Amino acid sequence: MAHLIEIRDMYKIYAIGDEPVHALDGVSLSVDDGEFVAIMGSSGSGKSTMLNILGCLDVPTKGSYLLDGLEVAKRSPAELARIRCMKLGFVFQNFNLLPRTSALENVELPDLYMGRLNRRERKARAMQLLERVGLKGREMHTPAQLSGGQQQRVAIARALMNNPPVVFADEPTGNLDTKSSIEIMNLFTELSNEGITIVMVTHEDDIAAYAKRHVVMRDGKVMRDDRGEGGRKTTEEVSRLVKEALA
Amino acid sequence: MSFLTIFKVSLRSLGRNPIRSFLSCLGIGIGIVAVILAMAIGEGAKTMMVKEISSMGNNLMMVFPERRNRGPVSGGMGQGQTMTAEDAEAIKRELGHLVKSVSPQVRTTVQMMYGAKNWAGNVQGVATDVLDISNWTVTEGRFFTDDETRLAARVCVIGTTVQSNLFGDDESPIGKIIRLKNMTFRVIGVLGSKGANNWGQDQDDVIMAPYTSVHRYLQRSKFNTINMMNLSLVSMDDLEDAKREVSALLRQRHHLADWQDNDFETRDTTEIMNTIGSVTGIVGMLLLIFSVITLVVGGIGIMNIMLVSVTERIREIGLRMSIGATPRNILVQFILEAMVLSTVGGAAGVGVGIGASHIVGAAAGWPVLIEPASAVYAFIISSVVGLFFGFYPAWRASKLNPIDCLRYE
Ligand SMILES: Nc1ncnc2c1ncn2[C@@H]1O[C@H](COP(=O)(O)OP(=O)(O)OP(=O)(O)O)[C@@H](O)[C@H]1O
Ligand SMILES: [Mg+2]
Repeated sequence: MAHLIEIRDMYKIYAIGDEPVHALDGVSLSVDDGEFVAIMGSSGSGKSTMLNILGCLDVPTKGSYLLDGLEVAKRSPAELARIRCMKLGFVFQNFNLLPRTSALENVELPDLYMGRLNRRERKARAMQLLERVGLKGREMHTPAQLSGGQQQRVAIARALMNNPPVVFADEPTGNLDTKSSIEIMNLFTELSNEGITIVMVTHEDDIAAYAKRHVVMRDGKVMRDDRGEGGRKTTEEVSRLVKEALA
Repeated sequence: MSFLTIFKVSLRSLGRNPIRSFLSCLGIGIGIVAVILAMAIGEGAKTMMVKEISSMGNNLMMVFPERRNRGPVSGGMGQGQTMTAEDAEAIKRELGHLVKSVSPQVRTTVQMMYGAKNWAGNVQGVATDVLDISNWTVTEGRFFTDDETRLAARVCVIGTTVQSNLFGDDESPIGKIIRLKNMTFRVIGVLGSKGANNWGQDQDDVIMAPYTSVHRYLQRSKFNTINMMNLSLVSMDDLEDAKREVSALLRQRHHLADWQDNDFETRDTTEIMNTIGSVTGIVGMLLLIFSVITLVVGGIGIMNIMLVSVTERIREIGLRMSIGATPRNILVQFILEAMVLSTVGGAAGVGVGIGASHIVGAAAGWPVLIEPASAVYAFIISSVVGLFFGFYPAWRASKLNPIDCLRYE
């Protein structure tokens, strides 16, 4: 069976100053439908760079990227926009909600660009998603009126609006306290159980422990790819795995 | 994303910054006010002048003796000595198929006296035909007849300014004897008031007497020369024929050889109107250039605000792109914002411009003509300005890379 995501021999080279920076240095990785992947590694190892390319927010310098069997590495900005709209959801570290705009409208936004639902359906779906992430009754709150954890839940609801097969998350708990982080990770676990593919960047071992598969990067290369055949890992097991990979 | 949705998004973004939006509308608004004022005042002034000119006379054509330039000193229009009252009579006699009425005109300034009162003013020596040619009326008494002209009768009709200065409000001037240059003249009529003309000159400060009498008693001239003649043509359509035949007749009467230039000039109201038209045209053009400059300044203001707005909302742009906004969606959103700003400014400018035109018109005593089309033009112009000046900022926004926007500090 074809992979949902497959990158092969991918480079991202930034030519700033004299020395070109190889943010990605020949990475190959594939992710199958329904996987829950944590991408780990030290700061500057290229995690965000890879996630942005996977999420079609950025284009690689070199290499191929098959998303759902489609080559997307060399598409136009407009085509990439359509792909993001229909197939991908994003959750950012800093939430990125539209300010002074209600939670409901923030969640509705992706469908405005997709144009699949009519007004009533769109509102109904957004309400349903907000309820699902535990924000029933907060639909009309603006981001300023919500806590960080609540804002991130609005962002997750928004990521789910167009029913994408994959959700990407770059340090989704990076700005949250432990309690909110646990709530967010439980939500991701539920989504994963429902069959949504999740690719998440994190450098916290306890957060990574929620994922089933662990990819450890260093200097733009994948050092270790643990598919979690041995079952769910504890935080300690994740720590050990990362330490081994980077040793 | 549907156009309407993008439009709503644009409106909301503008609504978030009402003061800034208002200020950026202002420039365009002022530009449109200028455009409307320019059009209204230009049209109004022109209409008024055309009205004024046509009130000078019916199918009017004027003939002046040649200007005599002695050395560098210009003698001024009508100061030549070549044209006589006989020329006028000849035109009336021989060119009746083209010319309905002819009135020679001589002018002189005199001291006029009635009892103890006196007044200095203009005496126009004219013929009875002047009533047909110019729009003069007689409100009291009568005008002098052709017979009185032929006999050089010492009669005159007076304008209302002369009347009030010599007779006051209570005394009827009809039948009274006044002295002009110590010659006695009988007042037989009062002219209907015409008021001041465009150039502020009091048209009622006038006495009209038969040109023959003015010649004989006031100018005491051996020569029968006149300052000008006014002709009323049968039809303005024959203007060119009339000019040609009048010229031919006068040349023949003045014994001009082929190589000699005319010793007279013809003038008609269409020429005057053309001159006025070109003057108001130039003024209108200047106003229009001024308006265009104001619009460009307004447009640059909008462009500036939009550039600031794009930079300020770069994370919003990145977010919208990341959830599926195409470059085109972003382009349309920002262009629409600029166009909303400029058309709202333009619409307000139309309103204020119409009001301002009426105020200026009332102050200047001019009719204000605002064609409904000019409001539509103003609206179209302002949206085009928005489109033009909004395009570059919007295009820049649409070319941004989503990840650069999201990372923007
Ligand atoms: N726009 C850019 N221009 C130049 N260099 C860049 C750019 N973006 C990333 N890099 C470089 O690429 C490398 C990888 O960056 P990346 O953001 O992917 O790291 P990361 O693994 O996400 O780190 P962190 O855990 O700190 O977020 C770094 O060395 C960084 O300096
Ligand atoms: Mg990162």
